[in-house]
Amino acid sequence: MNAQVTVPKFRLPSFIARLGGRLPQWPHTLTLVAALNAAQKMKLLPASELAPLEDKLFRVRVLDTGGEATYTYRDGLFRPVFRPEREPDLAFAADLSAYLQLLTRQEDPDTLFFKRELEITGDTELGLIVKNMLDAIEWPSLPRLPLTTPH
Amino acid sequence: MNQLPDLVCPAGSLPALRAAVDNGADAVYLGYRNDTNARNFPGLNFDAKNMAEGIRYAHGKGREILLAINTFAQAGRVGDWQQAIDAAVDQGVDAIILADVGLLDYACKRHPHQRLHLSVQGSATSYEAINFCQREFGVRRAVLPRVLTLPQVEQVIQNTTVEIEVFGFGSLCVMNEGRCWLSSYACGESPNTVGACSPARYVKWDKQPGRMDTRLNGVLIDRFGDDEPAGYPTLCKGRFEVAGETYYALEEPTSLNVLPILPEIIKIGVRAIKVEGRQRSPAYVTQVTRTLRAALDALRDGGERYHVKPAWQAELAKVSEGSQATLGAYNRPWR
Repeated sequence: MNAQVTVPKFRLPSFIARLGGRLPQWPHTLTLVAALNAAQKMKLLPASELAPLEDKLFRVRVLDTGGEATYTYRDGLFRPVFRPEREPDLAFAADLSAYLQLLTRQEDPDTLFFKRELEITGDTELGLIVKNMLDAIEWPSLPRLPLTTPH
Repeated sequence: MNQLPDLVCPAGSLPALRAAVDNGADAVYLGYRNDTNARNFPGLNFDAKNMAEGIRYAHGKGREILLAINTFAQAGRVGDWQQAIDAAVDQGVDAIILADVGLLDYACKRHPHQRLHLSVQGSATSYEAINFCQREFGVRRAVLPRVLTLPQVEQVIQNTTVEIEVFGFGSLCVMNEGRCWLSSYACGESPNTVGACSPARYVKWDKQPGRMDTRLNGVLIDRFGDDEPAGYPTLCKGRFEVAGETYYALEEPTSLNVLPILPEIIKIGVRAIKVEGRQRSPAYVTQVTRTLRAALDALRDGGERYHVKPAWQAELAKVSEGSQATLGAYNRPWR
């Protein structure tokens, strides 16, 4: 990921969450699941770490957009779950800016958690496995596009 | 001025190792993916392949790799720890950090040319203990437990030729290093036995309206209001009811931060400064490494004019556990 981009802490206006909560949840669920499967195909996710994820139910909730995605991992693929019939094994909830800061490795997940900006509920050990897996990913360096060249 | 101490930074993954190297660590310390090291958390640490890549990266930039085999060999399984030592030597790490005297003995006999460091878990607080490890096992460096005052550290340094490494930044615990069984009291497992304090599978975060409870194997450790900073539930940092009052009965969550006394640490001849946190993310390693690097370089370049920049303190405060930083035992008045 491009660490040159600084993601500020922000919170979207509350009407967006109200609106987002009424919109269908499948587009971003499919996007997230597709991204996870792509990461897996690129061998960014260590195979040895994926086994404990089998049949677990995960929920990612973006508080200030009202979006949420529930998915599972089964037979080597991440799969969307549109009508979860039970509580997730592991659930994340945070504002969009916190997720962006995590993805760009700008903020430490422990810091966000301790500051109560990232909520993690469910199986703590599973949470640690996922956190450590994300931390261990070696993002391929993306080719620098002319748009992002610093002036 | 004395030689600038080495900055020794933690890595629990390859990206963290690269972050440490890229941000100015002189050495990176890490562990294998098993209970031979005291940060044996799921998904963390290095297998042989990652270790080889990490060593290649660090050596390519002229930095050192220190491998922590800092738990105590368990009965019936001593071979696992010995194999870890053999593998580390084969892989070409610059030093192995050991706590167990039995393993120190094995390592110095089997691999007489391998550089050995005495781990903080070895709990050597006197120069007699350190000189013993030098005489018997050829230990070249000792990491001091976080219980000594600065004058006591200086006294150790004046009475030994073993290099002395001290902690410079990171979360503090009760620091009964190498001997703590508090975690076992709640869940039957502790750093010196399974390689992890308060293992995650015993930890529950229970979110209720208006509060969050944290439990370790069912034992209520703390209760946080919605806006209150939370902490990982270890017994030593819990709030308990004692004689009708609920408070941090053992210790308040704090972070050690030695920036204000860095000149004194260098003056007394400390050879290396260690950052805690192999379980933390690459973002943490980046922030802490670059801040301490900046402080050390400022001291080298400015000498007498050294002062702690607010920006450094702000960067470190952000990643600290608890809301306060302390000089720890270094400046306590009692002994």
